Amino acid sequence: MDVIKHDVLIVGGGLAGLRAAIAAAVEGVSVGLVSKVYPMRSHTVSAEGGAAAVVRTDTGDSLQLHFEDTIKGSDFLADQNVAEYFVQEAANELIQMEHWGCPWSREPDGSVAVRAFGGMSVHRTMFASDKSGFHMLHAIFQTSLKYDKIVRYDENFVTSLLVDDGRCQGVVAMDQRSGEFRLFTAKATILATGGCGRLWAFTTNGFINTGDGHGLAYRAGAPLSDMEFPQYHPTGLPGTGILITEAARGEGGYLVNKNGDRFLSDYIPSRMELGPRDIISRAEITEMEAGRGVPGRYGDTVMLDLRHLGDELINRKLPFVRELAERYIGIDPVHNPIPVRPVVHYMMGGVRTDIDGQSPLPGLFACGEAAQEGLNGANRLGSNSLTECLVFGARTGRVAARLAAQTPEASAAAIEALGADEEARIAARFGEATGDERVGQIRSDLQLTMERLVGVYRTGDSLKQAAEELRTLKERFTRVRVDDHTRVFNMELQAALEVDFMLEIAETVVAPSILREESRGSQARRDFTDRDDEKFLVHSLAYRTENGPQIEWQPVILTTESLTALPPAERKY
Amino acid sequence: MTESTIKLAVTRYRPGQDREPTVQTYTVPYHDDWVVLDALQYVKDNIDGTLSFRWSCHMGVCGSCGMMVDGTPKLTCAAFLRESYPREVRVEPLANFPVVRDLIVDIDDFMHKLSEVKPYIIREDLDSLPLGLGHELRQTPAELEDFKQFGMCINCMLCYSACPVYAMEPKFLGPAAIALAHRYNMDSRDQGRNQRMPVIGSSEGIWECTFVGECSVVCPKHVDPAAAIQRTKLATTNDWFKSMLMPWGNR
Ligand SMILES: Cc1cc2nc3c(=O)[nH]c(=O)nc-3n(C[C@H](O)[C@H](O)[C@H](O)COP(=O)(O)OP(=O)(O)OC[C@H]3O[C@@H](n4cnc5c(N)ncnc54)[C@H](O)[C@@H]3O)c2cc1C
Ligand code: SF4
Ligand code: FES
Repeated sequence: MDVIKHDVLIVGGGLAGLRAAIAAAVEGVSVGLVSKVYPMRSHTVSAEGGAAAVVRTDTGDSLQLHFEDTIKGSDFLADQNVAEYFVQEAANELIQMEHWGCPWSREPDGSVAVRAFGGMSVHRTMFASDKSGFHMLHAIFQTSLKYDKIVRYDENFVTSLLVDDGRCQGVVAMDQRSGEFRLFTAKATILATGGCGRLWAFTTNGFINTGDGHGLAYRAGAPLSDMEFPQYHPTGLPGTGILITEAARGEGGYLVNKNGDRFLSDYIPSRMELGPRDIISRAEITEMEAGRGVPGRYGDTVMLDLRHLGDELINRKLPFVRELAERYIGIDPVHNPIPVRPVVHYMMGGVRTDIDGQSPLPGLFACGEAAQEGLNGANRLGSNSLTECLVFGARTGRVAARLAAQTPEASAAAIEALGADEEARIAARFGEATGDERVGQIRSDLQLTMERLVGVYRTGDSLKQAAEELRTLKERFTRVRVDDHTRVFNMELQAALEVDFMLEIAETVVAPSILREESRGSQARRDFTDRDDEKFLVHSLAYRTENGPQIEWQPVILTTESLTALPPAERKY
Repeated sequence: MTESTIKLAVTRYRPGQDREPTVQTYTVPYHDDWVVLDALQYVKDNIDGTLSFRWSCHMGVCGSCGMMVDGTPKLTCAAFLRESYPREVRVEPLANFPVVRDLIVDIDDFMHKLSEVKPYIIREDLDSLPLGLGHELRQTPAELEDFKQFGMCINCMLCYSACPVYAMEPKFLGPAAIALAHRYNMDSRDQGRNQRMPVIGSSEGIWECTFVGECSVVCPKHVDPAAAIQRTKLATTNDWFKSMLMPWGNR
């Protein structure tokens, strides 16, 4: 088996992985960047609304304010030292992106423009029209091309982490072009594999967002944290789940029910359409349950009305919204309201790391959506996560590079044996798999289970039912068949490996959701409707055991260095 | 009521197994809001797990899913079955690229060309510019407009597939790479034009491009690469004249 050596190995070519790669390259170490798709195809590309930082003060903004909005948005489950560092570094990173060519939208005087976003108390979200993620990803990917220290391995699918001697020493990956397995060894390995929205049927996430990195870390013994908190975005297009960005409300759009009422006045009158996502998603479901939804081909929706904004503003600031609505549901928002409903969008939870991106498994780091470094708590604020990818991508890349520079090489023989074992495992498991179950069928049943039972509102019973169904699905998966025996681009095999990860990660979502007997942020329990700080001002940690996840708890960090900490209090808007 | 269906005629090629590409026909349910990609994924999940193709975003922005649909290069996540129904839909890999397998083509050539045109901001002080609040390089909305359109490229390769010059001359940098070079040349923050122009001006094929404009017709993002090529040619000619008149100037 071929062995490829780097000082730092990064899995993932999205915004977080590329930022980490550049930061590590600047430190002078050799960097390998492995990604299952070409970097510019990573799902960062689909982000629309923008990225938050204190880049203007004429709006009344300050670091303290951004910090407080983030903590309050998180329903006090964010680690406050981490949020503090985040707001302090945010502007540096977004201006760095500016110097790297990101075409940010501008004010007439040439300074960067900012827009309103949910849960942000002033305008502070920088944007590149409504294709912010697309522009950021292409700008950073193209910039990364000038660093000779970064060697890319595009379209390589990582199947497992190499753990030897208590350390992560790299990864095993399948080169899709040849179907061959290769070993990538490294002194520090960074997972920047993005989210896992595809665990659910109705999601804004791309087909590739299967949470592989969560699965890789979990299997290697690192804990996944706060997985009970997937974020539901209030405005997904029925049918496809395509996102209509929050910027549509930031620019002044209204949410109305079937009577044409702006129903948020009953839920969050002080913020209305600019409230945090968890609160608005719940309000939408409550409206539909009360019979005030608008029936449609794919069930009930509410309506997002942009008509009063006029076509000039829509064309200038929300052209992609117009394009998506026209193309996928045949509605021109200049003339008609858009039907929308809550949709799974983002995973607050992830591989538990400290502020340096270091996981409890030595040698293993994580950043971006795949990580739970402590920023987002129980509800992330829209436009904080692109910035999160940059701030923690950069820090993690730097720290990993410095660690790598001091770490001796691992024993080659032991690692090669691990690689051979992994190839043999996959061949034995899927090579001759001739059962009666199809990969696609199990994936879709899993997604429907999560959709039905692990939604915006949950109960202990629905969650236990979900756990039961997951067990059945896992049992069915032992009988999965893989018909494809061609080595080159065997996408059926890759899909089987992804679903294998998904079935395990789904359990790490359900298990802590059952145990967290409270409602906080995006977890709304009908049987425990209040927040309970006595018991649950803690992060969950899911460790893998033979019998499924074992859950432990870890206190939230409530202290800061220079900004004023925000003690937990009732979350009032 | 029986469900309506539609036929997909899909090119298959599995290296090591098939000697040459063949066509396989699948019958899938017809929905008027399904795109070609939905139908392909239906095949993969329910009929034939061995069919390989690339996709991710399903919203026309990741650039993965370009294929020939009824003979025209299209994003399959934006090409609706209803555009063909009730006729069968012909799905082939993108023309002008080597086929790796089934509907997957090899785009290495473009990835190399992309690096060659130095698609990033070049300026001497780049790494020493201060960061943070108030330190953006100023750029007016009008300056942004000068290049924005050429920066909308999602690298979907539809334009290469439609380009008659690239079909004949694989060394041609091609529409998207030139559009991106032009995008950076036109960016008020950039000072790298002199480093990019030699790569582009000397490149094979640019002078053969006759402004057929097929690239701009198929481009799903209205990048208008044909316009970028024409402007680049003009600029290159100007540079050439300048270098003749002022042999030591501006070098
Ligand atoms: C539609 C949409 C709109 C959004 N809008 C906004 C917004 O306006 N503002 C905001 O702040 N946030 C937004 N978000 C959230 C934000 O875009 C994401 O959280 C962020 O882009 C994640 O970036 P990432 O680098 O962590 O992961 P990704 O960009 O998802 O990249 C993951 C990478 O990991 C690689 N990978 C995964 N598994 C493997 C494997 N097994 N082997 C090899 N490689 C692998 C993939 O190839 C990919 O390169 C939005 C999200 C969505 C879905
Ligand atoms: S220029 Fe247009 S057609 Fe060509 S790759 Fe870019 S987006 Fe695709
Ligand atoms: S799947 Fe992303 S462009 Fe079609």
